[in-house]
Amino acid sequence: MKHIIEVTKANIYYGTNHVLKNISMSINENSVTAFIGPSGCGKSTLLRCFNRMNDYIDDFIKEGDILIEGKDIYKKKVQVEELRQKVGMVFQKPNPFPKTIYENVAYGLRIQGINDKSVIDERVEKSLNRAALWKEVKDSLNKSALSLSGGQQQRLCIARTLAVKPSIILMDEPASALDPISTAKIEELINELKEHYTIVIVTHNMQQAARISDKTAFFYLGELIEYDKTKDLFIKPKQKVTENYITGRFG
Amino acid sequence: MSNLEPELQALRENLLDMLALVTNQLAKCKKAISKLDAEIALEVIESEKRVNQLELYIDRDCENILALYNPVASDLRFVLSCLKISNDLERIGDNAKGFAKVLVTNLEKASIPFIEDFNLIKMLEVSISMLDEMTEAIKNEDTKLAKKAFKHDDKLDEHDKNALLIAEKLVKENPKSIESILKLFSITRRLERVGDLTKNIAEEIVFYIDAKVLKHKRNKI
Repeated sequence: MKHIIEVTKANIYYGTNHVLKNISMSINENSVTAFIGPSGCGKSTLLRCFNRMNDYIDDFIKEGDILIEGKDIYKKKVQVEELRQKVGMVFQKPNPFPKTIYENVAYGLRIQGINDKSVIDERVEKSLNRAALWKEVKDSLNKSALSLSGGQQQRLCIARTLAVKPSIILMDEPASALDPISTAKIEELINELKEHYTIVIVTHNMQQAARISDKTAFFYLGELIEYDKTKDLFIKPKQKVTENYITGRFG
Repeated sequence: MSNLEPELQALRENLLDMLALVTNQLAKCKKAISKLDAEIALEVIESEKRVNQLELYIDRDCENILALYNPVASDLRFVLSCLKISNDLERIGDNAKGFAKVLVTNLEKASIPFIEDFNLIKMLEVSISMLDEMTEAIKNEDTKLAKKAFKHDDKLDEHDKNALLIAEKLVKENPKSIESILKLFSITRRLERVGDLTKNIAEEIVFYIDAKVLKHKRNKI
């Protein structure tokens, strides 16, 4: 299996705070990789490195290499907008724009300079279909996105991400604010999306990580403690600290 | 301590109770056959109900833990192993009951030499000590002790293999006692099965403690 993301000896600091310590890992293409660990372990920081969301933090320092599709994404010549087109992100809380459902999905395309209505129409329908939302909203595309339920809003945000044709989707606790039915829909969707995209998901819900991911990485105090096939990590973890965390015997 | 810990502790206690009960059944079988005492054999038959009841308790505990706590890693392995171990113990209990039934219906003094010929007391002693080791292995999470079952089981297999030849010889020499001889021969089979079931228990103990699957592997040590 091809490695789409490669992290080599990455160290991340926020000022003097050493938040990620000597991380090396490879993420497989067209797979779901879950990052788990207690709050403050650095899992979201690493996720945000993959589309340079941490650039906005003043005292952010990165050492080591992060390669996507073989290219160092922290090189000066890298256009961050292009990177974020390739590496989309879905956040914990659904954050649709206060616009219509249609315009939410079309937004990224317009930014890219695509104005042909037929192209946009096609891409909006396809993205909403892939995000398993089309059937529910096809007759109300001009309604405000804010009128949708929380679960629908989150799928709309996924559709918005898909519209600009990313190859990687980063998800930071995408279902933590949703009810069980909406969560199940998002999980089902993730399973379908991995056929076309690589998904990296941060989750505090360990059953969710166990259900949806192919590989799981466990972080603790800024270190990557264990990274293995999800099945192996949840049935026979190699490290005692992983065992203690996933069985709830922590601290 | 997680909320799951008391549940696992209760499950472990039920499992150890069941193990103690089944071990006691075999100890009573030994006493009954040594003294040709039908009363003790009847106690073994009676106690089977309690074994079955404990199996149901363990099933219920496991179902609850799986449904409510979503155990993972060693907790999950322990629950899965308990389900299998309790099933093995229930079958050992069945064999003890079968053994006791033979004693109730076949307690002629004339059978005493045959009991010695078939080495039944020795087989019982090996079976009991295997179960005692399983108890200690669970209490101390000691896989080395659990693995001793594999060697002990070979001894029982050896006795069982010889039993056919012994039975043939005895039948030829004592054609009038053929029924008693065949019943005692059936007991050797039951004890051989007890050894196999205890070996299964040992494999489950190794699985939940070390996450190693020994089932269907030739080299288990």
